[in-house]
Amino acid sequence: MQVATGTSILNGIAIGKIKIYKAPVYKIDESLVNDPIPELKRFEDARVKAQDQQNVLYEKAVESAGEDSAAIFQFHADMLDDDDLLDAVKTIIVDQHHTAEYAAKQGFENVAEMFKEMDDPYFQARSADVIDVGNAVIEYLLGIDTTSLQGTEPTILVAEDLAPSETVKLDKSLLLGMITREGSSNSHTAILARSMNLPALIQCKQISDDWDGKFAILDGYNSCVYIDPTQDLIDSLTAKHNEDLRKEALLQELKGKTNTTIDGKTIKVFANIGGPSDVGAVQQNDAEGVGLFRSEFVYLNSPEDPSEETQFLAYKRVLETLAPKLVVIRTCDIGADKTIDYMNLDKEVNPALGYRAIRICLTRKDFFKRQLRALLRASVYGNLGIMFPMIISVREVRECKEILAECKRELENEGQKYSDKIQVGIMIETPAAALCADELASEVDFFSLGTNDLTQYTCAIDRQNAKLEPFADTHHPAVMKEIKMTIDAAHRHGIWAGICGELGADPTLTETFLRMGVDELSVNAKSVLPLRKKIRSIDLSKPVQQ
Amino acid sequence: MKTFEYTITDPVGIHARPAGLLVKAVKEHASKVTITKKNPDGTEKSADAKKLLALMNLGIKQGDTVTVSVDGEDEDDTFEAISRFMSENL
Repeated sequence: MQVATGTSILNGIAIGKIKIYKAPVYKIDESLVNDPIPELKRFEDARVKAQDQQNVLYEKAVESAGEDSAAIFQFHADMLDDDDLLDAVKTIIVDQHHTAEYAAKQGFENVAEMFKEMDDPYFQARSADVIDVGNAVIEYLLGIDTTSLQGTEPTILVAEDLAPSETVKLDKSLLLGMITREGSSNSHTAILARSMNLPALIQCKQISDDWDGKFAILDGYNSCVYIDPTQDLIDSLTAKHNEDLRKEALLQELKGKTNTTIDGKTIKVFANIGGPSDVGAVQQNDAEGVGLFRSEFVYLNSPEDPSEETQFLAYKRVLETLAPKLVVIRTCDIGADKTIDYMNLDKEVNPALGYRAIRICLTRKDFFKRQLRALLRASVYGNLGIMFPMIISVREVRECKEILAECKRELENEGQKYSDKIQVGIMIETPAAALCADELASEVDFFSLGTNDLTQYTCAIDRQNAKLEPFADTHHPAVMKEIKMTIDAAHRHGIWAGICGELGADPTLTETFLRMGVDELSVNAKSVLPLRKKIRSIDLSKPVQQ
Repeated sequence: MKTFEYTITDPVGIHARPAGLLVKAVKEHASKVTITKKNPDGTEKSADAKKLLALMNLGIKQGDTVTVSVDGEDEDDTFEAISRFMSENL
């Protein structure tokens, strides 16, 4: 048995096999072959295998995500039966004497190009599917086990580090837990793990490729992982794991109950989501709405600047499914630690204090307007709140509202509809905004406190830098003061104030926030019911207990 | 040969899922089924309905009217099956 330690993200236990996650590198042989017949056979074998794989993925996706989301794998499998595509690849093998992998790469890329050139964004987006399936074939040809990326069975994933875009792509139904060598407790890997209720260990310096396939237990309570654990450990941790599952079941009983304290104060508990695929979790965990919909997914999941139509469809889907619940969508918050190639952002010495979020939007107006127009058009399908991030001044808010009004006028002229009940709010995530909360409150319908950035900017602690963790105090009194100031300012102006950062889900602060008068807490879907349980156990008529 | 015209009502048009189902439905029959889309500029583009990618490459959207022609030994059955499929799924 080997024991490795790290920093635990969640008090939970994961039991299962280890999978080492590494992105594949393709080495395509460009030399010519004398005899094309064996290459044709290799291609055919790989095609059949890739098709089987897509069918397996389909079955799995039906179970974990439902028929609608799974349909894309059906399309992938069907594509591998398409005569035009197969003929194109075979022609390259037979006429040009190229290897099967070279021909597959060319053939699939040509078809992907064909889709890319189409007018409609839906069809353009299918080019990514073509490449995806092409890669499945190429990986079989090169002997790269695609399932080795994450595997086809549920595993504990071990990686050096995971970029936000990589984590978005992971099949969540196959994740028991995550272990990374890098990352800090506020990194995207960590935030993702929390939102999925996944035990995760970061800063685990001992990770090793030899672990691949080995049986392990990740013990989040003790911040360690046991490789090839002893039978005693297996027994005791399995018992503890089962207890966790029982607790989880108990929480399910709280569904449908209000978030009301013993003395009768009721607040709203909303969920934070990252994309349309998280809508199921909002419903399963009985959240009353969405307090933070991070719209970055539409940018991160797209090879190029996403069109108004692509965005409209994504927003519409979420609003429509959750109607009449309020869904607060935060406008584009890229920059800083979330960068995207097609945005062509300059490297900055100090990106967290740099060109990001609303600063990009207000200087790239066409880019911003595409999102606002998509949001306005989607608003008629549900109950929308639009939230602007990284605000530091009243001037910025007025500019945002002016551009929003401009988009409304354009849509009116085009005969397009939008809802007249949209709430417009801002994130309070800079000390400047907290200090100017009174002035800002007269401009908007709500405030949402982004405690992660607010803490980072107030304490001058880079939240991506793991070395600074000993200095970080997530409950810093300065941050608590800013939260109180913000809520008070909101109430003086008759608007509501919520918290959508990680602190909102911290049960040791729930009573403090309730006493400050917070109106809404927006947390990871999995924290909604534990938070409800906590709120229902608090009695504000009793003196504060420290 | 038998033909009919059909106007697409599905909000996304002939997208991946119905295209896959249509190809499967057509492959159950011997007849050749051709789908033709008229572009606003008067040009026409056709695809063999047994070929998924070619079919999708027509980029058929909601509101587009297409001409479906069925040609072959079992064209009566095919015509019946495909027109029913389209009104139910597209």
